[in-house]
Amino acid sequence: MNAQVAYDHEAELTTVLERCNAAARDYNIPSKSELPEGYIGTLGHFPVYFPEEIVHAAKLLPVNILGGGNKLELKYADARMGSFICSICRSTTELGLNGTLGDMAGFVTHPICDAAKHLAGIWARNLPDQLSQILYLPQNVNSPGAARYIASEYQRLRGEIEKKIGHTIDDEAIRNSIQIYNVNRRLLRELYRIRRDEPWKVSCTEAYLLMRARTRIPCEEHNALLSRALDAIRHRSLPAQDKPRIVFVGGFCEQPPIEMLEAMDDNCYIVDDDLLVGLRWFTEDVPETGDPIWALAESYIVRSEASPVQHDENKPKEGYLLDMVKNAKADGAILTAAKFCEPGLDEQIAWSKHFDAENIPYLVLEFEEKMTSFEQMAMQVETFAESLLFAIA
Amino acid sequence: MSTTTTQPATDAASSTMREEGSRLMKEWYARLSTANERKAPVANVFVMGNAVEILRTFDFELVFPEINSLQTGVRKTSQEYISLSEDYGYSPDVCSYVKADVGLILKENEHPAGLIPKADLAVSSNMCGTFIKWAEIWERWLKTPVFVLDLPGQRAAGWQARPGDAQHAADTRWIEAQFKDLIEKCEKITGKRFDMDRLAEVEERVNKQVDHWNNVMALNQNVPAPYNAMLDGLTYIGIMNVHRGTEEGVEFMRRLEAHTRAKVARGEGRVAEERFRLLFSGTPCYVSMRRLVELFETWGGVFAYSDYLTFAAGGMDAADMRYDTSRPLESLAEVTAMAAHRGLSNQFFAHERLAQQIKDYAVDGIVFHGIKSCRFVSSGMADTREFLNKRLDIPTLYIESDLIDPRYWSDAQIKNRVDAFFEALQQRAGGAPLSRSKTVSA
Repeated sequence: MNAQVAYDHEAELTTVLERCNAAARDYNIPSKSELPEGYIGTLGHFPVYFPEEIVHAAKLLPVNILGGGNKLELKYADARMGSFICSICRSTTELGLNGTLGDMAGFVTHPICDAAKHLAGIWARNLPDQLSQILYLPQNVNSPGAARYIASEYQRLRGEIEKKIGHTIDDEAIRNSIQIYNVNRRLLRELYRIRRDEPWKVSCTEAYLLMRARTRIPCEEHNALLSRALDAIRHRSLPAQDKPRIVFVGGFCEQPPIEMLEAMDDNCYIVDDDLLVGLRWFTEDVPETGDPIWALAESYIVRSEASPVQHDENKPKEGYLLDMVKNAKADGAILTAAKFCEPGLDEQIAWSKHFDAENIPYLVLEFEEKMTSFEQMAMQVETFAESLLFAIA
Repeated sequence: MSTTTTQPATDAASSTMREEGSRLMKEWYARLSTANERKAPVANVFVMGNAVEILRTFDFELVFPEINSLQTGVRKTSQEYISLSEDYGYSPDVCSYVKADVGLILKENEHPAGLIPKADLAVSSNMCGTFIKWAEIWERWLKTPVFVLDLPGQRAAGWQARPGDAQHAADTRWIEAQFKDLIEKCEKITGKRFDMDRLAEVEERVNKQVDHWNNVMALNQNVPAPYNAMLDGLTYIGIMNVHRGTEEGVEFMRRLEAHTRAKVARGEGRVAEERFRLLFSGTPCYVSMRRLVELFETWGGVFAYSDYLTFAAGGMDAADMRYDTSRPLESLAEVTAMAAHRGLSNQFFAHERLAQQIKDYAVDGIVFHGIKSCRFVSSGMADTREFLNKRLDIPTLYIESDLIDPRYWSDAQIKNRVDAFFEALQQRAGGAPLSRSKTVSA
């Protein structure tokens, strides 16, 4: 007789989170023998946005290189990059030099900032066997011809990858990858909707780990995990707590340590954020028919998020942050910047001045991926949260 | 203490050209100070990737905020501007040029060289990432319309994109599309129609200027070097930028070439006894540049070349940077694509260019100047140094300070490092001062 086992959503969520946590905290890349079935290698890319579909269609596992976290000891990078360069660039260099990323077929960076562009030169000098490229995503997306230019860059990248792997990447394969990634984008949008509407059901840290897992596992597997997780989260019946609703920004490139996110969760509901915004860059599905390269290129402009490292006159930076606050019905914001991140530091000032003018409460924090002490930061967040609760009351 | 140091040379001939350059800069600032009053259109531009040729056809007065910032350093007033900016909230880790400019805004555009006019347009580019964030400050704070000119750069090591290549054609097409968009914006701002013939005239002047400039650069391949790339050269590129495409700019460069040729013919060098030829990689420390040069020249060391002269003049220092004035706009896009590669690749894949320049200028060593707040220049510098040390066995020195923030200049520490570097160079040369001469035609 088959006894029906009751669905235990907490156990299910715990299982999924354990898998995602392991993937999210893994700074290694799979060796050839460890590759998921159907994949022939890995290709690393730096944040923020990267058209993973092209790499996925080549049967390479796209790996988002997000630095080395706060457990990595720098043995080589200290001598190759000044102490005034941001942690993610220094630790990425370390992972390249210490052999951790040695099995990748290539590494692609972007013109999000100057330190990021330099990684291509460092890679070329030290890992000459890997395909090392700067994908020139344009900083002018408003002039006519921008989509055409992006498409030409994607075709160029496609050609470089084809040369590297020795076979062509056909349009049908890219369309198939777009479909798989569209599913992923829908699931992530749903995860963020729940955080906005019912933030007590899933914490920022949990959502982050669920999302970050995609940087190390195939999108297909990630889709399955996210579906299970969302189902379990919907079944959760946790009580809403008396916490202020906060928008968090500054995590678009270098990632704050998990402990920092936990400190915020302890005191606030983070109802929206820009963490790993490149993984959910598209606000709608990418068209699944027609020329797939054009679909990706056009989507980069017309159905995309905003970030401090993308100039777009149609997306004023105060405008999108205010929209985030408004749409998430937030009581305030935590405006962070990674240490030595020039775009982030510049943005932090502009945002805080604008919030002063708009009379929106905010807390300014600086973080570094390698930080290990969080007591002071936790106290600042707690004080900020309490001040908001008093104000709301 | 070594006994082989000498007093720095006094080079009267070079001083003349520097003084003439200073005069042109003063005149430029004087014109700027009345621009708003005269209701002349004003554009903020950067020294790299700026479409100056187009802006000149609309009679824009050109403000170079980088030059404003460096001038606060040269005039020893940068600290005041930087402090204002930091008090406003800017981090010590932000580019000191940006902070000096924010200080200028907070001082209501009062600059030591005169009043800086309010801009009607800002043209930024992606050649340095900070340019974009800098322009966004004007866009958000001063409501200045900003046009970001996106220039495709070198994508990988060993990258070539030359006229005739599909890649160069694709890059050119994108740049030309942006130029057309920029022209429309200029027409709206100024109320003037774009004049293609005027563009050809400006380009003709730039061609002459670039020809002279290339020759001036090449003349420093002579031994002894007729000028110091990091002293005289700084004035020269100032004129290359501020007077690009003007009659005054052409005349200055013509005279500079004639003057430099005459020096070479006379066998005169920048230093009385040139013993070490050096390459300076990075940006200057404008608050202490004279002092830095002095530290090297007392040892008979001269900077024969600096990559700063290439990227800070927008990559316009190669023979093929010539406009075809029979098709001005297309040619502007074609040359801009190549210039962007020279300007950008100079930094991100610096080992390739430096390896060539070490040979071209027959240098004995490289001095890398890391700038704490300039990631464009500094992020790959230590790795490039390591690479060149290993591959080319060339002596290198790495020093750190800042563009214009005097707090990062440590005189005793830098002097010690410079002295140690020369002692090592001297040992390598067998203990005797080098005595060479070589004439290269340009």
